[in-house]
Amino acid sequence: MTTTSTETTPVIPLPARAAAALTGLGALATAASAGLSWTWTSDFPGDLTYTGSPAGLQWLALTAGLLTLVLLLAAHGTPGLHWAAPTRSHNAVLLAATGALAVSLYSVTAISAELGGLANLEPGGWILGAGGILTVLGALGLPLDRRTHVPLRILDRRLFLLVPAAPIGWFAAHAIPGDKPVAPVMTALAGALAIAAGAVLLIQLGHLANTWLRLGTVERPLPAPRQLPSWVEVLLIVAAFGLGLFAITFGIDTEYGELFTGYLLLAAPVVAALAKSGLIARLRALTVKYRPVTTGAAFAAAASFPFTQTSDQYTSVATNILIFATVALGLNIVVGLAGLLDLGYVAFLGVGAYAAALVSGSPASPIHVQFPFWAAMLTGAAVSMVFGVLIGAPTLRLRGDYLAIVTLGFGEIFRITMLNLNGTTGPKITNGSNGIPRIPDLQIFGFDLGKPHTVAGIELGRFSNYYLLMLLVTALVVLVFARVGNSRIGRAWVAIREDETAAEAMGINGFRLKLLAFALGACLAGLAGTVQAHVSYTVTPDQYTFAEALPPNSAFLLAAVILGGMGTISGPLAGATLLFLIPKKLEFLSDYQLLAFGAALIVLMRVRPEGLIPNRRQQLEFHEAAIPAQPTGEPTALTKAGA
Amino acid sequence: MSTAATPLLDVTGVTMRFGGLTAVNDVSLTVGEGEIIGLIGPNGAGKTTFFNCLTGLYVPTEGQVRYRGTVLPPKPHLVTQAGIARTFQNIRLFANMTVLENVLVGRHTRTKEGIFSAILRGPGYHRAEAESRERAMELLAFTGLAGKADHLARNLPYGEQRKLEIARALASDPGLLLLDEPTAGMNPQETRAAEELVFAIRDKGISILVIEHDMRFIFNLCDRTAVLVQGQKIVEGDRETVQNDERVITAYLGAPLEGTTPAVAETVTETDQ
Repeated sequence: MTTTSTETTPVIPLPARAAAALTGLGALATAASAGLSWTWTSDFPGDLTYTGSPAGLQWLALTAGLLTLVLLLAAHGTPGLHWAAPTRSHNAVLLAATGALAVSLYSVTAISAELGGLANLEPGGWILGAGGILTVLGALGLPLDRRTHVPLRILDRRLFLLVPAAPIGWFAAHAIPGDKPVAPVMTALAGALAIAAGAVLLIQLGHLANTWLRLGTVERPLPAPRQLPSWVEVLLIVAAFGLGLFAITFGIDTEYGELFTGYLLLAAPVVAALAKSGLIARLRALTVKYRPVTTGAAFAAAASFPFTQTSDQYTSVATNILIFATVALGLNIVVGLAGLLDLGYVAFLGVGAYAAALVSGSPASPIHVQFPFWAAMLTGAAVSMVFGVLIGAPTLRLRGDYLAIVTLGFGEIFRITMLNLNGTTGPKITNGSNGIPRIPDLQIFGFDLGKPHTVAGIELGRFSNYYLLMLLVTALVVLVFARVGNSRIGRAWVAIREDETAAEAMGINGFRLKLLAFALGACLAGLAGTVQAHVSYTVTPDQYTFAEALPPNSAFLLAAVILGGMGTISGPLAGATLLFLIPKKLEFLSDYQLLAFGAALIVLMRVRPEGLIPNRRQQLEFHEAAIPAQPTGEPTALTKAGA
Repeated sequence: MSTAATPLLDVTGVTMRFGGLTAVNDVSLTVGEGEIIGLIGPNGAGKTTFFNCLTGLYVPTEGQVRYRGTVLPPKPHLVTQAGIARTFQNIRLFANMTVLENVLVGRHTRTKEGIFSAILRGPGYHRAEAESRERAMELLAFTGLAGKADHLARNLPYGEQRKLEIARALASDPGLLLLDEPTAGMNPQETRAAEELVFAIRDKGISILVIEHDMRFIFNLCDRTAVLVQGQKIVEGDRETVQNDERVITAYLGAPLEGTTPAVAETVTETDQ
């Protein structure tokens, strides 16, 4: 990415006032359609038949419309709305409008596809669709920050041969009688061809759109914030986290796949729009200024999640998200800080879970003892750490790809060993594939986590109790990560990741520090494992595989770290939340889940290789020219922003 | 110049063989307190290999390296702990760390705060961290990089990256500093600044062993210079001894034609990189 010249022009040449009016009208229509009935039958999930009471997807349309409107007014300098768009960028409006279009098109398509035809749309549905399209058309006529010239990229011409090849393959596959043994192979080949051809066409379409839109990564300068009393700033942080809790709770509580898809389709452009408008930068500046308040607000927001729930259904999801996210954060020490690619990390979660299960007093455990909760957690963490050292000591002498292969092997060895310690092929310890069932609930100083408790008039069920316990564990892991990462040890890890030979020449005992990273990572995963064993009642070997459709497994853990952002705290937490929710909520994709997941990963790594919430360093590494160099450095003219 | 009673660094008969190839053959060398010693030789003479033998990156096939009278252990981090720091011929900074962090990494052996100290963050931790930062900022000021402490190392210009490597090496409070071609790729002004930096380091009481191809740099700086050719030390001594040695001239320029006596000093200088 090199420095390019930019201009502020509309994509569609419209009079400025007309464009703004059109955008506003579209946004209003989108928002207003939420109050109308979209379809005549309650067969579509969420029951969108009522007038005057929004439900499900209609809430999303309302949000998208209102947000677009607010950003539009703020970008035009409407008094009283300056706070909403400090950069006054119209690109933010376009992004929000894209969100509105995505929600409206998706809703209209989903309704007509599931109910069989556009005839099932009520006038509200038509208004919704028209509103979405009008909003984006209007927004394309706004003065947008664009690059002056983007050359058209054309894919390798040979790839276009796939496009005629796909129908030929389809006919060939159908020409073969179904009883021939090659028939399924041909069908699979034809399917693969069709997917590849579709991908080629889509990518080329993307290049065409890019040349036409010419929307660049222009960083507008953020004007200095207005001086506010500190209590207002603190309240703003609290409000932001409250809003964040609400948004995440909405995502976790989505009851059907359509709503979750709509949620994702809206969330991505909205986050981008808020980033463009400068709101996120403002918030980040505040969080840096009031770090303890931020930490407290984040923790409080997370802790109040169970109190927003009426049943335990989604608290169990949230508990599992926390377990997954905590393990991902532990893996981030190994991968993100020390740079050791561990493909068998889930085994340490398994070691912790098995250790806790064995000392839990479960009737299936050969050790007939029941440790108190603190001893069980320490046992899980300690056993896991010992395994970390045992596995690390021989393998950490390897570097790079070799280490990845060996850890992958050890991860599988753990699972197979647990399978074989069943009394037939080995000593009877783990009951093989049956696992250790009926793990009793934890008792913390007489407090039974298995029983519902009433706190402040709200009944907290079993999963809520475990959620809160797990949150404490997560907080501990975050604390350890933050403090160790920013210390002599953390610096040594990063140095080893950057250049091991140079690090050793600076007096760092590479092997010992890598072993320390491995052991600490294993210890934290083991800690999460002890809770996991009790939450899920049963531990079985197949919970700890390398890859499958549902997390946690080693592949998903690694994906959560890389997707979220290596070396950061919030990155793996966000990555893990997404990676847990997406397969959980989109179970209707069933067989295509891993395919969709892989495609999404490819797209994300292409667009944002540094992860969702990047480390500052990494961002510099991947997009050097796009970011103003250094805060203290001389002002280097990297972008011609805000011209 | 004579060496002190117990030299700082005492290398005796170091030989390094890679299979059938003898990269360094029976080299002995001493460095006294406060001395600047040069190591020159044509490309491929084994200078960097010799450095790697001193710093524990390679374990010499034969021979011994003693630092302050004790034999050095063959592990790079233990060598650094003992008091020998080095820079690299091809700059090896921690590119994605800041300038200050690079120097702080150099403090690793001189600080002890472990993982529990980092988690608990007691007063001892804060004190040690503050001391490290102060010392690191001193060194950055010493090398003229104080204004760039928060920059990423990868964004520094080439000459400053070389300086940062030296600052990082000095952070381990060494008694002996090994510089591997500190002026490679520098212009004459930068080379002169580097000379002054080396003298300033020596004035701090740190001995220096330096590999260079820039003869003017070497002869301006060094108390003694050793010449390595095909793994063997062929001569060691002051400027005149080295410049007038027939074998050195042969190594750099080839054997002279019979009956000619080249103007030695000038021709050797011309072979600069």
